[in-house]
Amino acid sequence: MSVVTIVFAVLFYVATAILLVFTAHKIWQYAKAPAPLKIPTTPAPTTRSGVVFRMIKELTIFESLFKSNKWTWLFGWMFHFGLLLVLLRHLRYFTDPVWGWVVFLQPFGKYAAFMMLAGLAGLWARRLFVDRVRYISAPSDHLMLLLLIAIGVTGALMTFVEHTDIVALKAFFLGLFAFNWSPLPHDLILIVHLSLVILLMIIFPFSKLLHAPGVFFSPTRNQVDNPRERRHVADWASRLESSNTG
Amino acid sequence: MAAAEFETPKIREYPIIPHLQEGVMAHSKPFVAKPDFQEKLGYPGELVDNWKEVAIEKMGELTGKYRSLQVFLDSCVKCGACTDKCHYYLGTTDPKNMPVARQDLFRKVYRRYYTLPGKLFPKLVGAEDLTEEVLDDWYSYFHQCSQCRRCSVYCPYGIDTAEISMAAREIMDAVGKGQKYCNEIIGKVHVIGNNLGLPEPALADTLEGLEEDVEEETGVQVRFPLDVKGADVLVVTPSADFFAEPHIDGLIGYAKVFHQAGISWTLSSYASEAANFGMFIGSYENMRKLALRIREAALDLGVKRIVFGECGHAWRVAYSFLNTLAGPFDFLDPSYPVPQHICEVTHGLIQEGRLTLDPSKNDDMVITYHDSCNVARASRMGDRPGGQFEIPREILRTVCNHYVDMPSYSIKEGTYCCGGGGGLLTDDLIELRVKGALPRMEALKNVVDDYGVTHMAAMCAICKSQFSKVFPYYDFEMDQIVSLHQLVSNAIVLQPEGKEESDENSPGEGQEQAEAA
Repeated sequence: MSVVTIVFAVLFYVATAILLVFTAHKIWQYAKAPAPLKIPTTPAPTTRSGVVFRMIKELTIFESLFKSNKWTWLFGWMFHFGLLLVLLRHLRYFTDPVWGWVVFLQPFGKYAAFMMLAGLAGLWARRLFVDRVRYISAPSDHLMLLLLIAIGVTGALMTFVEHTDIVALKAFFLGLFAFNWSPLPHDLILIVHLSLVILLMIIFPFSKLLHAPGVFFSPTRNQVDNPRERRHVADWASRLESSNTG
Repeated sequence: MAAAEFETPKIREYPIIPHLQEGVMAHSKPFVAKPDFQEKLGYPGELVDNWKEVAIEKMGELTGKYRSLQVFLDSCVKCGACTDKCHYYLGTTDPKNMPVARQDLFRKVYRRYYTLPGKLFPKLVGAEDLTEEVLDDWYSYFHQCSQCRRCSVYCPYGIDTAEISMAAREIMDAVGKGQKYCNEIIGKVHVIGNNLGLPEPALADTLEGLEEDVEEETGVQVRFPLDVKGADVLVVTPSADFFAEPHIDGLIGYAKVFHQAGISWTLSSYASEAANFGMFIGSYENMRKLALRIREAALDLGVKRIVFGECGHAWRVAYSFLNTLAGPFDFLDPSYPVPQHICEVTHGLIQEGRLTLDPSKNDDMVITYHDSCNVARASRMGDRPGGQFEIPREILRTVCNHYVDMPSYSIKEGTYCCGGGGGLLTDDLIELRVKGALPRMEALKNVVDDYGVTHMAAMCAICKSQFSKVFPYYDFEMDQIVSLHQLVSNAIVLQPEGKEESDENSPGEGQEQAEAA
């Protein structure tokens, strides 16, 4: 067992733990914080099922962003949808036997890398060249795009240019799950790719990537517009009521 | 103190997203509340010595109390979708008036004290210490947000800058740096019952005068009842409706509608204000105290329904929050929503054919309609989403023969704020108000030139006051802004002293069967 294998095995456990624990903590924080007032951005659905439909539209076609800016929408959608396909395709490295639908997705997932990279490039171009977006960008906003692009490029290199020993790699990951480690192939591109992914996993719960769980908790999108029909009172607000004349 | 001189922005044929000009509005600050007014609301009189600690602690308290704030602070990805959506940015070109940049004034402090990367690598993630300069920026730019929610429509996560402005203002109040305009007004309502500080006798006098005026003009005795116990409907309206132009013509409109429909109604001197400035300063407690006055008045007068007059933010608090703040309203007639908007009442009566209207009375005008921001994006009318757009338009099309909408990006959910909402309708912010009105002025100019529009109707006290003030800066006339119910008032045909109206508005059983229809 090489040092590299041991280091990466440990890093993957640590990164996964950080990702899960701290993201779960954030989700718990969002869930626990009350929404004392009804603040859906109207016109808003008046039923629960209407809200589900609104959320599905936000999550799949980025409805609000589409209303705002067609370029940002296009690049953002290309990136996110590309990333989704790429991630689903990656399931083949973690499952044995590989599920049928993952096999089916394989060719789409491979080429989705280009869509994802094109989207990221477009988003970065906006960040660099549109004065308003440049103004609101911190160094971390640029670096986040750079990180994602680097992950995408190293991944695509391995898919299309310089293959790694994918059988050994899969054995490494299955070994991680079984706590029975197998050696990790010593390819430079793979090592870079995995290092960046580990970095991303660690950054996730402390960064703006929290928009992924956050969007589900946004009161302006997930509340039902029925304040006149149903009285809505948060916990701390109702305590106010009992301590006062109602 | 005279306002600083400034240049009114030029109206352009097509709206163009301006380039950034840093710091051009940094000087814009409203007057700070005097200690007296601060203390009345339970805030420190002036900036406390340990303001930094107090502010940071308050920030933590608020993120625990408001899910919106916590989620919004974490979720922004700086995509830029909101950057060209704020009327104050479009009118001033100051980058800190871009919604995300305004939020970042708050977010950078949150990151510094409440996130790991902000504590470890502040420069990298744009985190910053809370300093006097930052507080100064807060005071300036969180009083350049009218809480109109236009940015939240376009944000992929629904981040609403209004929520962040409210939190920032609450923190500033907590450290003793409150805004004079809002806090003085809230103090007046707590004591007297309305923003203007009109006591009962003055109110009664004004209403009496209105009765005389209307009778002189129409020959019909239209009543403006005050504190009438046993009336069916309590009308709560912004106090500007009692004296300001064109607001007062709207109030006359409500009275004529109730008169013709035979609905007994009353105003309350105790709850003589629809607006709830508690929202502007993000204070749940103050908002609740103000809202409770309405509940108490309704109980005291024994009414069956509560109807709100034309007001924007007021309607948000009424529609979205009143049930939460001051409910449950199980003592009112359950066959009507609580509260109702005057437009819902008028619209319903039109549909039932209970109003006699002659739209040709408004033939001297070509009307367009300004959707008030908080009616459009923070409330509803009727029972369908979007009723807040359709109901006022249907009323306008019924009472006017000539009606035209402004360009689609500037109406309905995309409507521009008038430039004076959210606690900014004060003379010390006149430059901001004039510049912030630019997008609406451009949209209006568009239909004035293309369709010969002569008047713009609005149904918000702030919008009406704001437009009558800023119209002249853009070469419109003050009186080109009209109340929606002013047009109803013009069109309504009253029968002079008809038999059925003999016991009009006497509270009690008389009107009940008509009303139950």
